[in-house]
Amino acid sequence: MDTTTFRISVNRNAHIVEADPATPLLYILRNTLELNGPRFGCGMAQCGACMVLIDGKPVPSCSLPVRAVGEAEITTLEGLAPAGDTLHPVQQAFAEEQAAQCGYCLNGAIISAVALLRHSPNPTEEEIRKGMQRVLCRCGAHARMIRAIQQVK
Amino acid sequence: MNPQTRRNFLKTTGCLTIGFSLAGMSAFPELLHPVQELPGGLRRHPAVNAWLEILPDGRLRVFTGKIELGQGIRTAVAQMAAEELSMSMDLIQVVIADTDRTPDEGYTAGSGSVVNSAMSVRYAAAYARQKLLELAAEYLDVPITGLWIENGRIGTANDTRGISFDTVLDGRRITDTVRPPVQLKARSDRRVIGKPVARKDIYYMAAAEPVFIHNMRFPGMVHARVVRPPSYGAVLKRMEENLLKKEFPKLESVVRDGSFLGVLSEDEYTVIKAQEYLKKNAEWDQEKPIPEIENEKLPEYLLSLPATDETVENEGSDPENDTDIEWIESSYFKPYIMHGAIGPSCALGLYKEDRLFIWTHSQGVFPLREALSGLLDIPAEHIHVQGVPGSGCYGHNGADDVAADVALLARAFPGRHIRLQWSRTEEHQWEPYGSAMILRNRAILSDRGRITHWKYDLWSDTHSQRPGGSAGKLLPASYLRKPVTDNSFGFSGGGYRNAIPYYQIPNRYVKAHFFRGPLRVSALRALGAYANLFAMECFMDELAVHAAKDPYEFRLMHLNDPRAREVMQKLRNRTSTASHPEDTGIGIAFSRYKNTAAYCAVAARVAVKDGKIQLQKMWSVIDAGETINPDGLKNQTEGGMIQSASWTLREEVTFTPEGISSTDWNSYPIFRFGDVPEVEVTIIDRPDTPPLGAGEAAQGPAAAAVANAVFHACGKRIRRLPLEKYL
Repeated sequence: MDTTTFRISVNRNAHIVEADPATPLLYILRNTLELNGPRFGCGMAQCGACMVLIDGKPVPSCSLPVRAVGEAEITTLEGLAPAGDTLHPVQQAFAEEQAAQCGYCLNGAIISAVALLRHSPNPTEEEIRKGMQRVLCRCGAHARMIRAIQQVK
Repeated sequence: MNPQTRRNFLKTTGCLTIGFSLAGMSAFPELLHPVQELPGGLRRHPAVNAWLEILPDGRLRVFTGKIELGQGIRTAVAQMAAEELSMSMDLIQVVIADTDRTPDEGYTAGSGSVVNSAMSVRYAAAYARQKLLELAAEYLDVPITGLWIENGRIGTANDTRGISFDTVLDGRRITDTVRPPVQLKARSDRRVIGKPVARKDIYYMAAAEPVFIHNMRFPGMVHARVVRPPSYGAVLKRMEENLLKKEFPKLESVVRDGSFLGVLSEDEYTVIKAQEYLKKNAEWDQEKPIPEIENEKLPEYLLSLPATDETVENEGSDPENDTDIEWIESSYFKPYIMHGAIGPSCALGLYKEDRLFIWTHSQGVFPLREALSGLLDIPAEHIHVQGVPGSGCYGHNGADDVAADVALLARAFPGRHIRLQWSRTEEHQWEPYGSAMILRNRAILSDRGRITHWKYDLWSDTHSQRPGGSAGKLLPASYLRKPVTDNSFGFSGGGYRNAIPYYQIPNRYVKAHFFRGPLRVSALRALGAYANLFAMECFMDELAVHAAKDPYEFRLMHLNDPRAREVMQKLRNRTSTASHPEDTGIGIAFSRYKNTAAYCAVAARVAVKDGKIQLQKMWSVIDAGETINPDGLKNQTEGGMIQSASWTLREEVTFTPEGISSTDWNSYPIFRFGDVPEVEVTIIDRPDTPPLGAGEAAQGPAAAAVANAVFHACGKRIRRLPLEKYL
């Protein structure tokens, strides 16, 4: 299990990381870069808790080995807002709609919603459900999340 | 507990013993909140400073022994203090469950957080307000009348700046014992309670702040994983430690104690791989495999087990032997279902200089400390357990067990912080499930369609295996070289929660039969009430058909309580104005949770097409007494309906003699966004009655409403869950 040096770009910053090439990106983000957005949920790409944007596409980071990242730009929940301490409009909408209970799935929900809205800025409810299908929420906050996405200006 | 004016209170107790004068308070206000009985928490911890502390910088620190589970208790508690002390929410910080800092409030469970903890804070804050006004009057040498109090300052009418609480207290703390009656703010003066105050923690979560226990990091921290046996009761026979260490040179330690096996490394991926390696390479003896039970025969199997019987209700006459009387009968079945937290259970620990520190999302930090004390044979005073929010748990899941894992590993590997998060498969296979239940209903209808006799038998395993203070209830305990076991059955009441109908029925018999089933079980949101109400409210629907009555009408015929009637009538208004497309059916159900807490009526509209059930919409009307935070109440009720609908339509834990075969979200599917109905919640607020707690109110009626809707949509009465499977 030899380690290799990787140069990855996360939230518009370049990072040099030493890791076993098979290490899922999630552990690099959480443990090496100490990011809090992506969370471990299943390790099998079934629940979406670990979702990040890779070149703008939502990808479960638990099942993506760091060696496969290459030069892609990784964006986590922390890096959605363009600058400083403001929030991305989707983050804002989720907070305003109080679209969570425990909030553990919020990372995957917001990341998926951001990707969805980039792709179709005025989605129908059906499109929202489809775009959010990979995210599991156990508290039953789905209805609020759908409302939050509909509120994003 | 009936609302009681202070006048009545004085009449009944005949004396008034409190630490401050009531001078200056409006003589007898419209109505005092029912104050003759203090909330549970305050009865156990009567001192003001157990609940709140005024900080020198003008802020207020509030303590609750309950933990944040996503129910919004932090916000509700802060609202109480903000209201009664007239402070901005921004000036209030809330300390949650911590054995060194907060009152011991047992478990955060049973919809009791607002009723016990938040209300304790409210009374303590209301008491503190009067005390502070009194001290300020003394300090300023003015009458208490006419003093204003706002945002941590008190002043006279012609002094807009006032003096700070800190100045008033002058280094003293409010240590008085709170005794009733306590003057709460009059309803007309309330500005925070009853308002949809936004939870700030949701903002922090959306902003990727480190809210969760999963985000705690310490310098030099090591990650751990535990290698679970293939199934319950297996014994570790052989494990080649040398080969393991050779394969994973980054492992810092391998901990083995009997059949308890853990691996530690600074690199999390290393312990994950080592765990996988050991799952394949460690050898186990299967001592007590799960019996071979054909899934379809599970009800028959459970009925064949020896059972302990308990008569829950025996009221009126029993015409059992009268063969002329026709009983209407139906049996229902609810399988094992799981909590299914999205974030697997997690804990951190540190053992240093004979002291143990544990960070946990357990629902009970104090009982966990007791149990850990027994497990490790360390005095409880040497253990500090701090609650940190985790993924929503919905009852007793793996939270306590993972904390026990960490405690054992921490002692074996002292001096370093240890972090352990279970794998998805561990969480699915090892959490204690909600028990399977068999429910048999029988009733007799009069000629006029009234229920004259009700006979109900339920078969269930226990719904409570929380550790309490008992080490033997913790998962790793029985796998140790010197095992600690506790096979006690626990509190049986959870099994027959809501087993007695809230309806007016003259003759009622309710019997519970408790078996010990093949799977590990404990408390899951609403306990037995979920299945009991599913069965009862589906049966009410069947009886309505027998009596040729409308389902609303039939229930209303048997309900006297005006609050119960009102939730039903309001629900009827809501659903009567909604659209009812062809091929759809509407089902309804009612309950009063525990027969003493929140009233909740639920309706569901489903379509059954091409052999599939499509749940389109759910409505609920809820009366939880005084509403502290209407948006929080709505959130809980919406979520409760959606979660219950997922349980009801889709969920079932499966197993074979080799172990639990529900190992992930594919083998145990739950609702996804495409399955979720539109939801609409209507609140009946009763600001002059006590809050009733509401976190579990929707689970039971939601289940029955969905099943009844399926019947009304397609004519098929499904009596076995999950509905999708048995359509």
